[in-house]
Amino acid sequence: MLAELRDMIGHDVMVGLAQAAGAIALCAAVVLLCRWQAVRVEREAAVSLLRGLVQMVLVGIVLAVLLNGSLLIGALILLLMTGAAAVTAAGRIKGMGGALMLCFWSIAAGAGIVLAAMLATGSLRSQVAMLVPVGSMIIANAMNSCAQAIERFRAEVTAHVGQVEAALSLGAEPAVTVAPYLRSAVYASLLPRLDMMKSLGLVWIPGVMAGMVVSGASPVYAGIYQFIIVAMILAASGITGLIATVLMRRRVFSAAAQLLLRPAEADKPAPAG
Amino acid sequence: MTTTAPSKDPGGAGLSAQFPERSERLPPGALETRHLSRQIGGRRLVSDVSVQIGRGEIVAVVGPSGAGKSSFLRLLNRLDEPTSGTVLLQSIDYRTIAPQELRRRVGMVMQTAYLFPGTVAANIGFGPRQRGQVLPHDNIVALLERVGLAGFADRDIGHLSGGEAQRVALARTLANAPEVLLLDEPTSALDEALVRGIEELILGIVRERQMTCIIVTHNRAQAERMAGRTMLMEAGRLVTIGPTAEVLHAG
Ligand SMILES: Nc1ncnc2c1ncn2[C@@H]1O[C@H](COP(=O)(O)OP(=O)(O)OP(=O)(O)O)[C@@H](O)[C@H]1O
Ligand SMILES: [Mg+2]
Repeated sequence: MLAELRDMIGHDVMVGLAQAAGAIALCAAVVLLCRWQAVRVEREAAVSLLRGLVQMVLVGIVLAVLLNGSLLIGALILLLMTGAAAVTAAGRIKGMGGALMLCFWSIAAGAGIVLAAMLATGSLRSQVAMLVPVGSMIIANAMNSCAQAIERFRAEVTAHVGQVEAALSLGAEPAVTVAPYLRSAVYASLLPRLDMMKSLGLVWIPGVMAGMVVSGASPVYAGIYQFIIVAMILAASGITGLIATVLMRRRVFSAAAQLLLRPAEADKPAPAG
Repeated sequence: MTTTAPSKDPGGAGLSAQFPERSERLPPGALETRHLSRQIGGRRLVSDVSVQIGRGEIVAVVGPSGAGKSSFLRLLNRLDEPTSGTVLLQSIDYRTIAPQELRRRVGMVMQTAYLFPGTVAANIGFGPRQRGQVLPHDNIVALLERVGLAGFADRDIGHLSGGEAQRVALARTLANAPEVLLLDEPTSALDEALVRGIEELILGIVRERQMTCIIVTHNRAQAERMAGRTMLMEAGRLVTIGPTAEVLHAG
C-alpha cells in the first residue's frame, strides 16, 4: 500500500513541479517588471521562491509520512513551527535583548491556548493531518500579529520619546507613559485579522473550506467550520499581540524607570505645539 | 526635620573648601552632585561634576551648545542613569528614592515642550493624577493665569504656539509642587516682552515656595537677572561655579 502511495505521489509531484515552474516564471516576470522601475528584488525573490518551494516539499513529505501520527508528534511539529515563527518575528526588533524569547512565548501562548481550546471542544481532531495544517495557520497569523505589534510599539514609542519622558518627568509609572502606544500597537496587530473576518466569503474563500468541499463535506458545514478557524485566528492573534507588547513594555524601561529605547538619529520626533 | 550629614565626601575636600558656609548640613530641598558623570560609548556627556546648591537658591547653567547642560539636568531627576557619581537630595542618595517620587520632587521643564494630546487643563492635571489626586479646576485656572495663559484651560494643545506650549509645560511641572525646579531654556521660544514676565513668575514662585532652581540659559542677561550663582560647563565638565557676575565676566 505504501508503494502504491509513493507511485501516486510520484506522478502528482511531477505535475506539481511543472506547475510550480510556471508559477516561478510568472514571479520572475514580475521581478523584471519591478526592475523596469529600478526596484531591485531579483536576489531576494529568487532566494525566497526557492526556500518556499523546498520548505513546502519538505512539509508535504513530512505530512505524507506522519499522516496518521499521534497528538504528540503533531504537537512537536507545531512547537518547531512556533520556534521558526519566533525567529522570523524577532527579526523585526533587532538590537533589543530577549526579543526571540519574547516572540516565542507570545506566539506559543496565543496559538497554544486557542489550539488547546479547539482540541478540548472537539472542533479540531488531534490527527497530524488535521492538527498541523490548522495549527500552522494559527501560528502563522500569531507570528504576523506578534511582528506587527512589536514593530508598531517600537515605532510609536520612538516617535514619542519626548512625550514619554515628559510623563516620566512628572512622576508617571512607565506603563502609564506608553499606554496609548500599547493600545495602538495591539489594535494595529489585530486589524488585518479583523479585515480577514469581514472579507470572509466575500472576497476570500479560504483553503480549508475549499478542501473540505472538494473532499465531500457539506458546503454549509465547511463554511461554518472555516468561520470557526478564522475566529480562532483572531483570538490567537489578540492574545499574542497583547502578550508581546506587555512583555516588550518591560524591556523598554530600565529598573529605574528610564526609557531605554532611542530613535535613530534620522527619525528624531518633531516637537509638539 | 533633621538631616544627617553624609558620612564621607570621597575626593570632595575641595568642594567644602570652596563653599565652607554650606559645609555638611544642607537644608531641605538642597541638592548636591558628587562626581556626577555620564558616558555613552567613549563619549563623556557629563564628566565629574560636583556642586552643592542650597534651598531657595537659583543657579544658572551656561556653556556652549553641546556642553552637556541638558544632559546634566537629565541626570538630576534620574531621567538618565549616571555612569558614576550620584546626586544627594536633602543629603539622601537619590537612588534610594523611588524614581516616581524623586521626579515629582525634582521637577523638570524640558528644552522642547512635549505636551500630551488633549486639553491644556488635562496636561496641567497630569502630574497630580499620577498620584490619584485631582487638581481642582480653580488651581489650574490660577496656574494658567500666572504663566500668562488666562482662559486657556479648555483649549486643545494642537492649536498652541511654541511659546504657549512652553508655558503650559512650565505650569504642568509647577502643578506637581516640586522642591527642586530644573528649567532647560524655559524662555527660548518666547519674545522679549514675555521673557521678563516668565522670569518674574519663576522668581516669585521660587521665592514663595522656597524652591531650589537650576536654569539652563544661553542668555547672559537672563542669568544675571535670575541667578545668584552660575556654573559654566564645557565639554561635559564644570569649568567654574561662582557668583553670576564673576563667572560671566571672566568668560
Ligand atoms: N543619548 C545620547 N547619545 C550620544 N550622545 C548624546 C546623547 N545625548 C546627548 N548627546 C551629545 O552630548 C552632548 C551634550 O548634549 P546636551 O544636549 O547635554 O548639550 P547642551 O549643553 O544642552 O546643548 P544645547 O545648548 O544645544 O541645548 C552633545 O554633543 C550631544 O550630541
Ligand atoms: Mg540643551
